[in-house]
Amino acid sequence: MRSSTAGRISALLMRYFFLLRSSWPRVLEIAYWPTVQMILWGFTSVYFSHSSPELTAGGILISAVLVWDSLFRSHISYTLSFLEEMWSRNLANLFVSPLRPWELILSLATVSMIRTLIGMVPAALLAIPFFGVSVFELGLPLLGFFLNLVFTGWAISQAVTGILLRYGLGAESLTWMLPFLLAPFSCIYYPLETLPLWMQSIAQYLSTTYVFEGMRALILKGEWVPELLGKAFLLNAIYFILGLSVFCLSLRSARRRGLLLQSGE
Amino acid sequence: MTDSELLLEVSGLSKSFGSAMAVNNLTFSLPKGSIVGLLGGNGAGKTTTLSMLLGLLEPTSGSISLFGHDFISNRHAVLHRMNFSSPYVDLPQRLTVRENLLVFARLYGVKNAGKEISSLAADFQLLELMNQPMRRLSSGQKTRVSLAKALINRPEFLLLDEPTASLSPDVSKWVRQRLSDYRDQAGGTILFASHDMREVELICDHIIMMSRGKLIEEGSPEALKNRHKRNSLEEVFLALNENGGGA
Repeated sequence: MRSSTAGRISALLMRYFFLLRSSWPRVLEIAYWPTVQMILWGFTSVYFSHSSPELTAGGILISAVLVWDSLFRSHISYTLSFLEEMWSRNLANLFVSPLRPWELILSLATVSMIRTLIGMVPAALLAIPFFGVSVFELGLPLLGFFLNLVFTGWAISQAVTGILLRYGLGAESLTWMLPFLLAPFSCIYYPLETLPLWMQSIAQYLSTTYVFEGMRALILKGEWVPELLGKAFLLNAIYFILGLSVFCLSLRSARRRGLLLQSGE
Repeated sequence: MTDSELLLEVSGLSKSFGSAMAVNNLTFSLPKGSIVGLLGGNGAGKTTTLSMLLGLLEPTSGSISLFGHDFISNRHAVLHRMNFSSPYVDLPQRLTVRENLLVFARLYGVKNAGKEISSLAADFQLLELMNQPMRRLSSGQKTRVSLAKALINRPEFLLLDEPTASLSPDVSKWVRQRLSDYRDQAGGTILFASHDMREVELICDHIIMMSRGKLIEEGSPEALKNRHKRNSLEEVFLALNENGGGA
């Protein structure tokens, strides 16, 4: 009796599906926050459009909110699925099963992608009748922006789940803190030049900066700058390797320190 | 005993946490089809030993050969042939009993999972609980589900950490009977960690006694009692501890 990689990943996907099915607030929550964010910023955008139309041209504000949220949703979905295992004291059951760590990562990433799409697509579709803004008009580059931010979210998640393994649930607040730490440097709602020089020097090492600079160039000037997306992908590849390294090192450390058996609340 | 009759061979196994030695130079082996009790008081090193045998904890030194494989460097070669249950580990509380068993059946690649789960549910008297979320079960019911999960892949090697902790005597007796049946019918090997001397005496055919991380005595319950001229394993254990943990 031996399971395959696909079988083990599908087992975890089934576990997360059962979890969602067992709790309607969890299902509602997936689409709730992106939609509320979109509506809130949509009306803010309508208000600004009267006094400062340049701030809201082409639906830039709503598009930025929706695209940024894909990073936050992908990260939260990944990390919360992992936290579910810690909260339910189930990690040891997984780590003594034939499941390999990279299969766990792949399962969490798959669940994260599914949950992110379930959350973002309705919000993006609702923005069309509510505010006349369609992010889908960005065309193929939208896929590039979206994937980049999802990868950034996963890179952060890998580091955070590693830290959770090593330091336990005491480090849970990092789950919420880290994406917000990136936000001011990522130039989501303003151009890079708005930041003071010392912040610009940090922002240039963030993939998110290039995503939003690229998006602004496309929406405001109609210019598609593939170099910006290329830089974002390159930086994300580096982050992904760093995040994976933190996870692997933390898992090894947890295995050395005996933290895997009692990793619950 | 030939090597092919041994399921597990542990040699010089040690684990230290800083300057504290949790397990110190442990050497023992387990024959196939045996029920072996890992016996010791609190802090004796039982759970630490089990954790190393499950791959949850990296030993400081020593070797573990399981099914003829080097377990420390290649645990994934054999993890599908073993399983475990521990009061320190729960199953997802929001999932129903059936959902939990389905997930673990798939994780272990169980063929005909539905049939296997039905059979386990009947055997462990879980049929009426199958659609209940785990969080609504009593501790005795949870233990039965945890044991059903531990047997879902018909493991050749089953590790149990205090499987009857906090259970009433009648449920404990029921669990012991199920484990004996499993050994007799499926030929599984069971390593049973406990500090309940009487229970270990009732179910195990070989005992490994630990104190302060060291193996202090081993043998069958009868052999240990005869060797130390005592009436029970508890008396043997107490006598050994009074002598400073040495045999």
